[in-house]
Parts: sequence; C-alpha cells; structure tokens
Amino acid sequence: MHIVDGALSNEVLIGGAVLAAGGIALGLKSLPAEKMPAAGVLSATFFVASLVHVPIGPSSVHLIMNGLAGLVLGWAAFPALFIALLLQAVFFGFGGITVLGVNTVNIALPAVLVYCICRRGIGSGSPTVAAIWGGIGGGLAIALTAGCVALALALTGDEFLAAAKLTFFAHIPVMIIEALITAAAVYLARKVKPELFESFTQSPSQGVSS
Amino acid sequence: MGHVVGSGRPTLLDTGAPEDRTLINEIDPRTRILAAIAFAVVVVSLHDLRILTGALLFGLALMLMARLPTRSTLRRMVTMDSFIVFMLLLLPFTVPGDEMFTVFGFPATWQGLRQAVEIGLKANAIILTLMALVGSVEPVRLGHALYRLKMPEALVYLLMFMVRYVDVLQQEYLRLRVAMKARGFRPGNNRHTYQSLGYLIGMMLVRAVERSERILGAMKCRGFSGGIPLLGDLAYTGSDVYFALGFGGVLAALLALQFLV
Repeated sequence: MHIVDGALSNEVLIGGAVLAAGGIALGLKSLPAEKMPAAGVLSATFFVASLVHVPIGPSSVHLIMNGLAGLVLGWAAFPALFIALLLQAVFFGFGGITVLGVNTVNIALPAVLVYCICRRGIGSGSPTVAAIWGGIGGGLAIALTAGCVALALALTGDEFLAAAKLTFFAHIPVMIIEALITAAAVYLARKVKPELFESFTQSPSQGVSS
Repeated sequence: MGHVVGSGRPTLLDTGAPEDRTLINEIDPRTRILAAIAFAVVVVSLHDLRILTGALLFGLALMLMARLPTRSTLRRMVTMDSFIVFMLLLLPFTVPGDEMFTVFGFPATWQGLRQAVEIGLKANAIILTLMALVGSVEPVRLGHALYRLKMPEALVYLLMFMVRYVDVLQQEYLRLRVAMKARGFRPGNNRHTYQSLGYLIGMMLVRAVERSERILGAMKCRGFSGGIPLLGDLAYTGSDVYFALGFGGVLAALLALQFLV
C-alpha cells in the first residue's frame, strides 16, 4: 500500500520520517554482520513475494506479507522493508520520495507489532498452533497497515476521511487471504526448518553457522 | 526448463537505462540523488496547477535525457495503487465547494477536482524525475553513492544483497511456479490456491535461509570480517557543477513563479 507524493500534509510526512528513522536505527541494532546475508536474502524473498498476484473474486491483488516478514525478521523488518520501498520507488515508480518515511512506518510498524504479539505462539510445540498464530499475525498486519494508511490520510485532512474508511474496509478480503497464506507458510516452515523463526531472535553470540 | 523462464529476460531491477554515456549518466550519482530529493521537496510545496504542469514537463525532459524507454517508464509513472486512484476519484465528492455536477445526489465540486489533479501532477512529476535521475543509476553504484552520502553501512549492505538476490530469487520463484503448473496447479478463488501459495512462500523462505548460510560460508572463506569494502570511484567534476547550477536554477524558477502567481 503505497501512498504517493503530494497527498499528505507536511506534519504527517515529517512525523512518518522521524518514526521510520527511529525504527530503522533500532532494527539495525539487531543486525550484526553475521546476520547480514540472512537478512539480505530473506528481504529479497519478501520483495519477490510481494510481486505474487493472488486471485480475489474477479480481480487479483498482490501480496504484502509484512506479517510474515515481521515474524521472520523481527525488528530487522524495519530496515529491510525500508530498502524494499526505496528500490520500488526508484526502479518501479511505486510510492514516492517524501512519503518514504510514512510508507515505511505503515508497512514495518505492523510487522514489528505482529512479531511482538505472535512470536510466542509461533514457537509453540505444535506446528498447527504455530500456523494459527501465523494466520492471526498475517491478518493482523494487514489490518494494522490499512489502519495506519487510513490514519495518515485522516490526519492530513477531513476530505480524506471517506477514502480512509473505504481503504480499511476494502482491505478486509486481503486480510483474510494474507492470513490464510501466512498460516500455510508458517506451517510449512515449522515442519521443514523450525529454526527459521529463531534466526533474528537468538543472541548474536550463538551465530548462524559454525 | 531454461527456455520457459527465458534466458534473455531483463533483470527485475533493469529499468532499460542505457549502459552507454548519456547526458544524465555523465553526472555523479550523488548529485542526481540530491537533485531528485530537492526536486521532490520543492514540488510538494507548489500549489499552482500551471507550474506543476511545468514541473511534470521538466520531468519528461529529464526522462528523455536519461534515454529511458518512454512507454514502460510512463506506464510505471502513472501506475498507482488502486486505493490511491480511488481516493483521487472520491476527492471531488468530499471537498466542499462550488458544485460541478451531481452523481446520485452527491455533488462533485471544482475544488475537489482541482485538489485531485494537484496530487496527481505532483506524484507523477516527482516519481518521473526520481526514475529519470536515480533509476538510471546502476543499482550497485547506487549503493556506493548512498554510502558516500552517509547512509549507514548496514543499510547499504542490505541494499546490495537485495539488488543481487531479488533477481536470483525471482528466477527461483518462476521455476517453482512452472513446477506447480506442470503438476496441474491453476490459481483460483479457493482454499487450495491460498494454501499452495503459502507453502510456496514458506518453501522460498526455507531455501533463502539455507542459501544465506552458504553465502556466509563463502564470504567467510574469502576473509569476511564484518565489513564489505565499498569501492567508489565517485568524484564530482565540472559537469556536476553545471548540472547543479542548471537544476538549482529550474527549482528557483519554480519557487519564484509560485511566489509571483
């Protein structure tokens, strides 16, 4: 969900940029050099996943998968999603420059919140329970993102209020689809490689490889 | 299966910018990044529709100077998320003002239309200039340039990894989709589709982690000690000065016109 340049008020743009900078700084702290390849390749995976089109009714939507990104990357989701949005703006013409901070917060803050809320559940003993928590996280992330976008629009002016509300409700089907897909992805990852969800939560001294 | 994916396919981050020397390519990437940011800040502060149209035309001229492919670049420029398009369409009905026409009893106003056009012009002018100036930089050089502009090292590494692996992983994604298709998978509105796509993404994540372990191993073998040398043969030259003066002149003119109108 990319807001474009010129739509938001200066106060919202500056607020978004400050929040994004803080989030990125915190995210980089949890990213030692050893984890850099893992963070980079996983970020690239989410970049590719966001290009996947999923049929929904007569049309199709592209995935966002920020919930899953949060579950896998933790706080590192902030810098990862920021770079993804930067590349999308520069090379694909999605989004914009002055809104980069707001867009980063809209996508990455829900990812980190989902990580904080659902990481316990993801680590549960049974993959099915983990999948349910994954589904909750996947749906919740889209709900929060739609809420953040709506908030950014509503803070800019009353004339956007109707659009803000519609944006939120139009994303309910997307929430359901993202929840189902995230649940399936978590289920498979838990069965095949449970340590996927621990890559960015264990202490750096434990390392990735020996 | 190579012929299905296609070997001559352009890479994901390939904007079609020419390798050879163009007027824009002569300019240092750092100058171009700073110019694009300055342009965005100036254009966002403008309000007059005629001046904004001028800014959009300026962006078009830059695109031609960078020799980006016209058709695909313009298509990328006008593409917006559907919710933004929807928001712009709603604006005439939500902004109070003089009535233009009514739809089902809801009055549309000129002021609302004006605001929608203003946002559309700003968004397109800025994104076009960004693609012309920065999108035509080779991605790895973009990383070096951002590093020299004091972007944190870790963010630059992340950018470099993404630039490299987005393409590798997209090839992998396409290969997996071909494999699914060969087994009769057809996407539709059903649980099976969502579950299969979820497994696909889960599998890609598992493979990504395993790939990153091999990458880290290979990097350590070559003496990785926490930093990647960022070579930069970037140097400001005379053409940067002329470009900065000319670009600054255009921005000053845009601001002055806004002030005079």
